[in-house]
Amino acid sequence: MTAVLRGAWAVFWKDLVVERRAKEGINALAFFAILLLFLFYFAVGPDRDRIRAALPGLLWLAFLLAGLLGLGRAFALERENDCLDGLILAPGDKGGLYLGKVAGTTAVMLAMELAFIGATGIFYNLDLWPAVPGLCLVGLAGTIGFAAVGTLFAAMTAQLRAREVLLPVLLLPLVVPVLLAAVRLTEDALAGEPWAASLPWWQLLLGFDVVFVVAGFLTFEFVLEA
Amino acid sequence: MSRAVGLGVGALLVAGVAAGLGWAPPDAVQGNVQRIMYIHVPAILTAYLAIGVLFVASIAYLRRRDPAWDRVAAASGELAVCFIGLTLVTGSIWGKPTWGTWWTWDARLTSTALFFVIYLGYLLLRSVVEDPERAATYAAVLGILGALDVPIIHFSVQWWRTLHQPATVLRPEKPTMDPTMLAVLALNVVAFLAAYAYLAGRRYRLLTLRGQALIAAESPDFKA
Amino acid sequence: MIEISGLTKVFGSQPALQGVSLTVPAGAVLTVLGRNGSGKTTLLRLMATLTRPTAGGGRIGGHDLVQDRDGVRRLVGLVSHGTQLYDDLTALENLAFAAALAGTPRDRDTLATALASIGLEALAGTRVRALSSGMQRRLVLARVMLRQPRVLLLDEPFTGLDLESLKRLDAYLHDFKAGGGAAVLVTHSFGRGLEVADRVAILAGGRLVADEPRGTLTLEALQRLYVAATEGL
Repeated sequence: MTAVLRGAWAVFWKDLVVERRAKEGINALAFFAILLLFLFYFAVGPDRDRIRAALPGLLWLAFLLAGLLGLGRAFALERENDCLDGLILAPGDKGGLYLGKVAGTTAVMLAMELAFIGATGIFYNLDLWPAVPGLCLVGLAGTIGFAAVGTLFAAMTAQLRAREVLLPVLLLPLVVPVLLAAVRLTEDALAGEPWAASLPWWQLLLGFDVVFVVAGFLTFEFVLEA
Repeated sequence: MSRAVGLGVGALLVAGVAAGLGWAPPDAVQGNVQRIMYIHVPAILTAYLAIGVLFVASIAYLRRRDPAWDRVAAASGELAVCFIGLTLVTGSIWGKPTWGTWWTWDARLTSTALFFVIYLGYLLLRSVVEDPERAATYAAVLGILGALDVPIIHFSVQWWRTLHQPATVLRPEKPTMDPTMLAVLALNVVAFLAAYAYLAGRRYRLLTLRGQALIAAESPDFKA
Repeated sequence: MIEISGLTKVFGSQPALQGVSLTVPAGAVLTVLGRNGSGKTTLLRLMATLTRPTAGGGRIGGHDLVQDRDGVRRLVGLVSHGTQLYDDLTALENLAFAAALAGTPRDRDTLATALASIGLEALAGTRVRALSSGMQRRLVLARVMLRQPRVLLLDEPFTGLDLESLKRLDAYLHDFKAGGGAAVLVTHSFGRGLEVADRVAILAGGRLVADEPRGTLTLEALQRLYVAATEGL
């Protein structure tokens, strides 16, 4: 058990440190997210009500798209210098390494999501402050689900030539429930609705997270060693 | 032997479909359009079976590393795509006279479309990865994740629809179904399941033979 | 210590290694020579459990290569082409991470000692990106030493090492052998490979074509043996 946590913490910490120090990386992701902000505005138009109505969906589209990029990077870094071999050679259960990767990806994505929400408030001239705590919770739950499934496919596609196309094709259909639930709960958070009415969606989202984190924990070592 | 079985299954299918399309009484509300149910419902049920078999075979492969389980998974994956596709097409045909469009965002249809993409992705993954053992492993993981997601997708899409639109008419199981219709439906379900079992068996056999041929071709005694 | 029997690895339809059997007792170094593509790296990767054999198997330190991969991994230290170092982490951080993965002690003193033993204590806080490749190879050695392996698998360990680093590697190998460890060393360099070897083996076309005790083999004799064994392949 402690071996699992030790491995998880080691990978989590290492990923965050590398991400912060890498010259490309978090800056590029944040930049990409801001760019999406502008593109959405050009696409959906200056009508404030339309933007407001579409906002929950737009937020999560942005998170998914930026998340795809972030996932790709999570294993690109392991491909250099045969670091992936180093992970495989670690004795013991690889589940801890999986948890570390999911946690690292989630942390990076959350940071990007917070920045995006802030930028949305500024550029779309919306007061999102009251909704922020709720948005954080939804963001956390949704991102964990996305990262749990995404980490497995990122590991699989890391070594394939067609990885840029294959990762979204394989991952996105599987995380549709996350998208549906997260958008619904984001609507509630933005509208200031209490969550009691949407309890089933919370159950679905958290259920998704639990099912796929466990599934990932059990199957990651097969993916890694293939 | 297997040819006799194949013919038997084929005959059963023909009988079932003919009974559904011709012999069974027309629906009181929808008329003859409803007959598509005799293909649509067995198709999705068989697809679920294929997904379930794929799930079990995937787990078995990861635990035992026996290529036989991988072949079972591959055969089931292909048939899953076929039967899901059939479900989609018949579902769309069913909806056309009722809604006037080929596609509605009905909960069932939408979920089925997602399943189709997921299992098409399964076949894509198998074909893209060159090393056979790695392909089998990756496919097994996807087979497990896909099956776990099927019920979750089903419910999430259903809730999404009921919150945005009233319930649809495209519900095949009505609590008070005419007993004749039920009987014909049951016949078709059996026929489709038998077809799946037969085709899966043939496909498995084919994959086994192909594997053996590849091994023989690589052995040093082989003279091409 | 190392017992391999009938080890075979086929990639798709390409046989990289065919029916290789060999034994390395504790306290001995086996040097494996061979051309590029002869299967040397595949052999090491199989022994390190980085990949599974298509046929055959073996035991390292009593642990089965296929059934008890974790047991093998606890014993083995691998030095391969890739350094397994993270460019954006410092030397110290890389060692700490490797120790965390391996489950070995990673307190400051242990790590500092490891760095000092290969003469890199001054560069502990330097990112690997800023280290020369010779320094990086030394750091790899420190990383392997931290694991306290009983079996060493070395793929071209002499490349890119300066004189100082070569001396440290020699010293380490010497101590390692004296401590009862077994090592398999794959190299192009006949001279150095012969120097450290207790046995010499030659791989060609994925097959083991020679497996001799070092005995009194001279460099010339070894080269003749190599040419004879790889003739026509």
